[in-house]
Amino acid sequence: MDFLFIQFLNGLSSASSLFLVASGLSIIFGVTHITNFAHGAFYMLGAYVAYTLTEAWMGAIGFWGGIIVAAGTVALFGALIEIILLRRIYRSPELFQLLATFGITLIIEDLVIQVWGAEDLLGRRAPGLDGAIDIFGQAFPTYELVLIALGPICLCALWLLFNRTRWGVLVRAATQDRMMVSALGVNQAWLFTGVFTLGVFLAALGGAVQIPRDAVHNAMDLQIIVEAFVIVVIGGFGNVLGAFLASFIIAELNSFGILLFPKISMILMFIVMALVLVVRPYGLLGKAETHARTALGNVVRPLAPLTRKAKNWVLAALLVFLILPIFADDFVLNVGSEILIFALFAASLHLMMGVGGMVSFGHAAYFGLGAYGVALLVKFLNMPMEAAIVIAPLLAIAGAIIFGWFCVRLSGVYLAMLTLAFAQISWSIIFQWDDVTGGDNGLLGIWPSEWASNQQAFYYMTLVIVIAALYAIRRIIFSPFGYTLRGCRDSLLRADAIGIDRLRIQWFGFVLAGSFSGLAGVLYAYLKGSVFPDYISIPLSVDGLVMVLLGGIQTVAGPIIGAGVFKALSTIIISHTEFWKIILGAFIVILVVAFPQGIVGFFLERFGSKEEDIAEEKQ
Amino acid sequence: MKSKLDVHGLNSYYGGAHILNNVHLKANASEVVALLGRNGAGKSTTFASLVGLVERCKGSIIFDDQEISDKPTHEIIRLGLGYVPEDRRIFTDLTVEENLLVGKQDERDGVRGWTEEMLFTLFPNLAEMRHRPGGQMSGGEQQMLTIARTLMGNPSMVLLDEPSEGLSPKIVEEMANAILEMKKHGLSIIISEQNLHFARLISDRAYIIEKGEIRYEGTMADLDKNDEIKNAYLAV
Repeated sequence: MDFLFIQFLNGLSSASSLFLVASGLSIIFGVTHITNFAHGAFYMLGAYVAYTLTEAWMGAIGFWGGIIVAAGTVALFGALIEIILLRRIYRSPELFQLLATFGITLIIEDLVIQVWGAEDLLGRRAPGLDGAIDIFGQAFPTYELVLIALGPICLCALWLLFNRTRWGVLVRAATQDRMMVSALGVNQAWLFTGVFTLGVFLAALGGAVQIPRDAVHNAMDLQIIVEAFVIVVIGGFGNVLGAFLASFIIAELNSFGILLFPKISMILMFIVMALVLVVRPYGLLGKAETHARTALGNVVRPLAPLTRKAKNWVLAALLVFLILPIFADDFVLNVGSEILIFALFAASLHLMMGVGGMVSFGHAAYFGLGAYGVALLVKFLNMPMEAAIVIAPLLAIAGAIIFGWFCVRLSGVYLAMLTLAFAQISWSIIFQWDDVTGGDNGLLGIWPSEWASNQQAFYYMTLVIVIAALYAIRRIIFSPFGYTLRGCRDSLLRADAIGIDRLRIQWFGFVLAGSFSGLAGVLYAYLKGSVFPDYISIPLSVDGLVMVLLGGIQTVAGPIIGAGVFKALSTIIISHTEFWKIILGAFIVILVVAFPQGIVGFFLERFGSKEEDIAEEKQ
Repeated sequence: MKSKLDVHGLNSYYGGAHILNNVHLKANASEVVALLGRNGAGKSTTFASLVGLVERCKGSIIFDDQEISDKPTHEIIRLGLGYVPEDRRIFTDLTVEENLLVGKQDERDGVRGWTEEMLFTLFPNLAEMRHRPGGQMSGGEQQMLTIARTLMGNPSMVLLDEPSEGLSPKIVEEMANAILEMKKHGLSIIISEQNLHFARLISDRAYIIEKGEIRYEGTMADLDKNDEIKNAYLAV
């Protein structure tokens, strides 16, 4: 009993930091609609800066002063990023802002290593609070009690800010309808900067107060960002009280889960999130998403069939791929196969999010299931490649059928987070089920058939399959089913009103996208000769998003070109420098600012079809 | 006499679609001008264009001797051009008082300002529900709140987009009185309406817009006598 109570208190003290980070994330999303992926990085920066300051400044004032100054410094840094970068892209699609903050995350991750080194850093204890007090005969660190109080104190402070100050009321108003706020004479730009700064301050504070508890290290950001997202989703986006409740739930879940279900402790929060979303699609205290009102006159460019000029480009590209083996060595062919595979992966993700309007943060799930499908068929049935390529995607399809059934019942960020939850659950199963999946060691020895075993033959096989699949995806997009799917994306209400069973349509679209992703995974397993849990992990899902957004979500060719550019770039950068994260991050940020419509969207805008030109001239 | 607002050659686009075509519009100080037209004629787009809410929009908009067409929305509003949108857009989570607080701006030189109490006198219903969330108000109450909220910005001119839409006859009458009261206060008002009934009660002059073009302008009294024009552009 005593032990359980201590465990409960431990949960409470973790809840405080989680709440600080999650509430910041939630407030930023509520007003600016930015899904701030860099929030974890700001948390990490807060911890690092606080480490440096508290080492330099002595005494209790030095310690607490250091923590506050650290949070303030990082908040100013956040404000700078908002003013210099984010302000330029508020008019871009919201996912682009996510991409930009992802670029920032990469840069900060590398910077932290350059400045503070790769070693874990152990921070100083809080002066006067480094002891323990006796609770039911168990020693409980005094500092943890301070943390326990910190959460409710911050909640009260935020409540006062949002209910007792004009600025707070403006923030609440902007959360609901930011365009109307500016139509009442409020300068949105500074409101956004203020909100972003406040959010970053909370994240950095959450990180800074961690230093007496945990080592400061350079992977803190990913761990916390995922937890924070889960909390915000469970609590309801933009809802601070919801974030508070959810932080408590998740922290206690982590605290007790490790005792009760050690095997699945890592994914307990995802299971809880999935359950919450099934029962309450907008989180515990969230409200139905009001459709974001964009500025009048913003129109999505509809997907158009290829023009003659574009067809020539496609043929030229095909020709290049066909004759590549004549002058390329094995390494280049290997990279070429990989690019083709990821082009299919990105195209399948685009089918889901660009055409189906269902953004997936967990698209690697189907890729990984396809890859593991092959591995299991080879390992247990010794199945030849020709049969495995056909049968293995069924595992991905099965996954997509089950996960999709739940996901299509949600929309927007909530749907995206549920896809992430399912991907993490799949990852965890593969990671933990050593006997079957090999766990962390993966499964090795998945080789193609004799005839496809040299690099050139495998390349051609990949080329044929990928081209056929891409062609099929294109046909689907321009089929009546594709039009229906796009209709559901553009207006669920109208789709309902004309008698479309939109759940069924979206479910089918989801499964189709999942199966193409699975096929890409199958090919990848044969290309690498092995499978690892990485194939189903969050970073791969993020890579997919980057590819689609980089190329441009509003075109069919975009994701394919995005995959090529991203894979080629990362291959080149990684092999030439150890600063690859900084360079890749900077590159992403520059692309987002320079090509807010994606690479392909940019070229369409510049060298678009004749009709567009006429429309331009009319002005 | 110099006009309060002078609009020339206003063109607006939604994507490739050309919505407004060389719209012109004038309003003098303390004048109530009606912008009449059927559903979809371009009334709301005209208002949204005036306050910088339409992304692609060209033309000259002179307000108080200043060109405002290239200014961002909040700056236009702060110059004293108030805007009350058609769909009201009350902050439903905020109370009446909080809604008014969002609209509050400093007083401008030469403009008679409004206080919360003056607005509660103008719209007595609101005074009885200061702490009620906007989401729990009736349509008429919301319409009054949205006008009061804009007046909190102490504008010298207000654009009212179909203020009588969807309201009961009794509320419409109250609304007309309130608008006349606002005029007495010194405000210039442009009001958009689909039909004459309400506009006739309060307007000095009228424009008729059809398919994004101004088709008629004149005094309200002249328009009221001109059955031909009324039948051509306003009859349902």
